[in-house]
Amino acid sequence: MDHTTALMNKAADLAQEVRDGETVIRLSGNMSIACLNHLPDRLDAIEGPVDTIDLSGVEHMDTIGAWVLHRTIKRWNCKITGDKCDAERLIAAVGRVDEPVNIRPDYVPPWQRVVGQIGEAVVNAGSTMLGLLGFFGGTLVATWNVIRHPSRFRINAVVQRFEVVGVSALGIIGLMSFLIGIVIAQQGSVQLRQFGMEMLTINLVGRLTFRELGVLMTAIMVAGRSGSAFAAQLGTMKLTEEVDAMRTIGVSPMEALVLPRTLAVVVMMPLLGFYSSIVAIVGGGFLCAVSLDIPPITFVQRLREVVPIHDLWVGLIKAPVFGVIIALAGCFQGMQVKANAEEVGLRTTSAVVQAIFLVIVLDAFFAVFFTWVGWN
Amino acid sequence: MTPEEAMSAEEERVEKALERDDVAISVRNLRNSFGDQVVHEGLNLDVRKGEILGVVGGSGTGKSVLMRSIIGLQTPDEGEVHVFGESMIGRLDDEALAIRKRWGVLFQGGALFSTLTVAENVEVPIREYYPNIGPKLRDEIAAYKIRMTGLPAEAGPKYPAELSGGMKKRAGLARALALDPDLLFLDEPTAGLDPIGAAAFDDQTRKLQKTLGLTVFLITHDLDTLYSICDRVAVLADRKVTAVGTIDELLATDHPWIQEYFNGPRGRAATAAVAREKDKRR
Repeated sequence: MDHTTALMNKAADLAQEVRDGETVIRLSGNMSIACLNHLPDRLDAIEGPVDTIDLSGVEHMDTIGAWVLHRTIKRWNCKITGDKCDAERLIAAVGRVDEPVNIRPDYVPPWQRVVGQIGEAVVNAGSTMLGLLGFFGGTLVATWNVIRHPSRFRINAVVQRFEVVGVSALGIIGLMSFLIGIVIAQQGSVQLRQFGMEMLTINLVGRLTFRELGVLMTAIMVAGRSGSAFAAQLGTMKLTEEVDAMRTIGVSPMEALVLPRTLAVVVMMPLLGFYSSIVAIVGGGFLCAVSLDIPPITFVQRLREVVPIHDLWVGLIKAPVFGVIIALAGCFQGMQVKANAEEVGLRTTSAVVQAIFLVIVLDAFFAVFFTWVGWN
Repeated sequence: MTPEEAMSAEEERVEKALERDDVAISVRNLRNSFGDQVVHEGLNLDVRKGEILGVVGGSGTGKSVLMRSIIGLQTPDEGEVHVFGESMIGRLDDEALAIRKRWGVLFQGGALFSTLTVAENVEVPIREYYPNIGPKLRDEIAAYKIRMTGLPAEAGPKYPAELSGGMKKRAGLARALALDPDLLFLDEPTAGLDPIGAAAFDDQTRKLQKTLGLTVFLITHDLDTLYSICDRVAVLADRKVTAVGTIDELLATDHPWIQEYFNGPRGRAATAAVAREKDKRR
């Protein structure tokens, strides 16, 4: 412990007295932030005019102590005496920069803020949809350009994405589908047993997975795995100006970045969707065999009788469309990143949310459409 | 002198330095490594109270690692770090708190909290360490700190994302100075600033150092900063501090890196600029 440490521990204190008809405040101790304690409040609480502040007991002062003195001097318009620790210089230094500064942005009443936020959200939603549509157009133009100049097609980039989007996802999608198949069969059989129609569990599993769940669950998984990755990758590339560098070299980011990713997802979605449906059926069959005593051979035979082939087409037609939406939402959000790293996170979140939302909306339209064309 | 004698003489010198009152930071026998790569080996350095010490070195010589070792963000493999006479290695956060309050750090990018305004950023250390300071006084303190670092009053309610690079550095400096520290760490404060902004920042640093009696540990690549505000310069090379001293003293050594650094084209330009300044004053 050197002497400065000992000095630092002496708390600041004040005493008020009247000397020759003048009110004097005598300060003592250490006027630094660590030792001020409640001195500022006590100084504020003093009423009536003060003529002099006596600093002869003050051993050390920092700018925060100086500021406290400065505001007190300003309030009473008093003078200081007994300065022995360079207080005048510090008080002058903080006095030079005495100017009101707003701490927070101006206060907005809550109702106004809520209305403003709703308006902003509506405008944002509108402009995002418009932007997404424009981005879709841009992708079509890029596709047309690549068709006209096939040499510009980046086969390597696409194949690499095949692996990332498709092959690497097989494990998790398989596991998920298998479990979903089991859940549907189990829940279905419990309800159908009440009517003595447990055999209908096979209809339920077969039709539901091929028509809806296989592709839908795959879409959600791909949006979470690949859509988010696209947004984060492109967003980071935007931040590090890689995308700009690409443009200046004459490479179109649409052709080099967006198209391979979109193509990869569009090709992989039907394959993954089909795979998912099959695994879900296996899961359903597994449960039927274990808990309903339906042997696999009966399960498969019954499946062939009750699941029309157009159920498979319904799933396979939807899959690439969902793929386009997932890839576009991911790439579009990634390309919107401008300011900072924080935005990459936000954009990645909205890419996934947007993709899943649009996929489900479109799925509803598809359901109505396929019923309308008679594929029940 | 036998090697043993040399060792004991060295130890004696080290002991003496530790006892000295005028040393703010003392680093002894520091070793830092990442995997196989040894960054520091047997590094010794003293920072005197009230000086601006510039730390220079080529890329990858561990300037930032040295700073991080001193402020406790990086635990060294070996060695001793004393700040104001207190050992900083292996101390619990709570124990080191008293010392932590006595330093401020300006990180390279400013490292402002992005969800808080500039003024709220400055208030964070005050709020954290001194809850006894009332909200009104705290706002006032933040206000004068902001003005003191040369930011305009309008910068107070702005968020970091709305600031330019130079303003971010100043805001970071205001936060580093929030508790009136005795010791200030600056990591490349002028990097990324235009020459006018960099000169203004140097000037501000010098002024604040004089007003507040600060000890400054300044990592820099900027030769102009070295010439214009640093009292002494420490050169990091060959995994240790190769030389410490005023620029004139450094120029007298014959270490190849130092010679190239100060006598390279940029070094000569900075020297010439300083000479011109001196002529003008005469």
